[in-house]
Amino acid sequence: MNLVWTIAKRELGGYFTSPVAYVFLVIFLLLAGFFTFTAGAFFERGEAGLTAFFAWHPWLYLVLVPAVGMRLWSEERRSGTIELLLTMPVTTAQAIAGKYLASWLFLALALALTFPVVITVNVLGNPDNGTLLAGYLGSLMLAGAYLAVSCMTSAMTRNQVVAFILSVVLCLFLILAGFNPVTDLLVRWASPAFVDTVAAFSVITHFDGFQKGVIDSRDLLFFLSVIGFALFATGAIIRGHRAG
Amino acid sequence: MIRIDNLVKTFGAKRAVDGVSFSVERGEVLGFLGPNGAGKSTTMRMITGFYPPSSGKVTVGGHDVAESPLQAKRLIGYLPENAASYPEMTVRGFLEFCAQMRGLDAAARGKALARVVERCFLESVLEQSIDTLSKGYKHRTCLAQALIHDPEVLVLDEPTDGLDPNQKHEVRNLIRELGKTKAVVFSTHILEEVDAACSRAIIIDRGRIVANGTPGELRAMSDVAGAVTLHAQGASEAKLAALGRVEKLNGSFRVYPADKSASAELTRAIVALADREGWKLDALRTEEGHLDEVFRRITLPDTALPDSVKRSG
Repeated sequence: MNLVWTIAKRELGGYFTSPVAYVFLVIFLLLAGFFTFTAGAFFERGEAGLTAFFAWHPWLYLVLVPAVGMRLWSEERRSGTIELLLTMPVTTAQAIAGKYLASWLFLALALALTFPVVITVNVLGNPDNGTLLAGYLGSLMLAGAYLAVSCMTSAMTRNQVVAFILSVVLCLFLILAGFNPVTDLLVRWASPAFVDTVAAFSVITHFDGFQKGVIDSRDLLFFLSVIGFALFATGAIIRGHRAG
Repeated sequence: MIRIDNLVKTFGAKRAVDGVSFSVERGEVLGFLGPNGAGKSTTMRMITGFYPPSSGKVTVGGHDVAESPLQAKRLIGYLPENAASYPEMTVRGFLEFCAQMRGLDAAARGKALARVVERCFLESVLEQSIDTLSKGYKHRTCLAQALIHDPEVLVLDEPTDGLDPNQKHEVRNLIRELGKTKAVVFSTHILEEVDAACSRAIIIDRGRIVANGTPGELRAMSDVAGAVTLHAQGASEAKLAALGRVEKLNGSFRVYPADKSASAELTRAIVALADREGWKLDALRTEEGHLDEVFRRITLPDTALPDSVKRSG
C-alpha cells in the first residue's frame, strides 16, 4: 500500500510540475461553467438543483478525461521509464493502482473546484444538499470509469494521440448505449430485452440515479466493475507486451 | 548471485535470446559484449524481471525471478538502456522517489542520497529538473538510482553510452570498485571496457554465447596472440622464416610460432638469431592479441566460422 501511495504521489507531482494540470483545471472549469450557465440555462430553469450542471458531465468528461488518462502508460512506454518502474520491487497491479489513483485524485480535485456552483444554488434557493452530494459522487464514479478506460487504451500504445482517440471512442460507446436517440433507433428492430441489455452498459443509465439523489448499489457496482475490468485489462496488456 | 540457465526469449518467430547460460558470483564483473541486436538488453531485461523468459530460468541471490520476483528485484540495481528517468522531476526528487520505492526510511534515504550523489558527482545539479540536464548527467542520475539501495547485484545496460572520455573513465573505475563487493553484469560494445573493468567477459551473437572467458583468454583466441614482432636493422625475412611463418609489416617483421604457447621460446630464438647475424634489435614484443579482432571474427560467423557452426538465414 505504501508503494501504491509512493507511485501516486510521484504521478500527481508530475501533473503539477508541468503545465498539464493548470491547463486542464482552467479548461475544465471554464467548460463546466459554460455548459451549466449558458448551454444548460441554469438560471432560466428556476430549479434549486444542479441538473443543468451534472447532465453535461458525461459529454464534458468524454473529451477531458482521456486527455488526463492518455499519458498514464503510453508515456512510460515511450520514454522507457516503464522498465525502471516495473523492475523495482512492485507488482504490476500496485503500479497500475498507484498511477490510476493519482489521476483519479486529480480529477476529484478538478471536480471539487466546481464548489462555487454549489454555493450559487444555496444562495439562490434551498436545494437538497444530499442530492447534490449524490450527484458529485456519481460524477466522480463516471470520471473514474472513463479514466480506467483511458488507462487501458494508454497501455495499448506508445502514442498518446492513438490512446486518446481509442479512449474517446470507447467512452462514447459507453454513453451512446443508453442515449435516447440511439435506444429509440434500436427499439425499431431489436427486442426490448436486447435494447435493455445494451442500455445497461451505458453510463448515462447509471449516472441518472445519482443526479436524482439516489445512490443505488447496482449503479455503484456498475461503475466499480467498469473500473475493475478496465484496470485488470490494463494489467493483462502490460504483461502481454513484456511476454512478447 | 546470478544464475542463468538455458534462457530463451522469442518475439514472434524471432529468437532474441537462444539458450544462454552463465553465472556471476559476488566479486565478479561480467562484461557482456556483442553487436547491436545480439540479445544483450533482452537478457538483462530477463535478469531484472522485466521480461518473463520464454523458457529457462533466472535466479538472483537464490530467488527465482519468475516465481518470487519481488525478493529477487530487491537485490538488484538496474540501469536500463538509454538511462530512462522522469524528465519533469528534479534529480533529488527522482532519487528520493527511487529510495522510497526501495523501502528506505527517511533517515536511510538521507544517507543513501548523500552516498550516491557523491559517487556519481551529482552535487551541482541536485535541484535541477532532469530534462534540463546534459546526457552525461542524465546517465549518472539513472546510475545513481541503481545504486541507491546499495544492491548486491548490479545490472547495467551500456553504462558508459553517451559519456565523454573522462566520464567513461570515472564510470569504469566505479564499476571496478563496485565489483569488489557485488556481482556486476554490464553490457557494452566498447572493447576497451572489457580490459578496463571486467574480470570476465561473454560475447553474445544472435542470441547465443559465442565466447566466455577472462579478457586475457579472449585475447589469446586472436590470430596474432603469441606472435613476436621485431624491428631490427639488418633483419632478413628469409632467416626469420626458419623460426615460423613471417609477416612483413612496415619496416618490422612479425613471426608466428607454430604453437601459440611457445612464444617465450620464439623470443629467445629470435634474440639468439639477431646476435648471431649481427642485427641491431630496436624493438621486440610479444603480441597478446587484439580483442577487436576476436570480436569481429566470432561475431561474423558467415565469413570466419566453419560451415558446421553457421546458422541458416
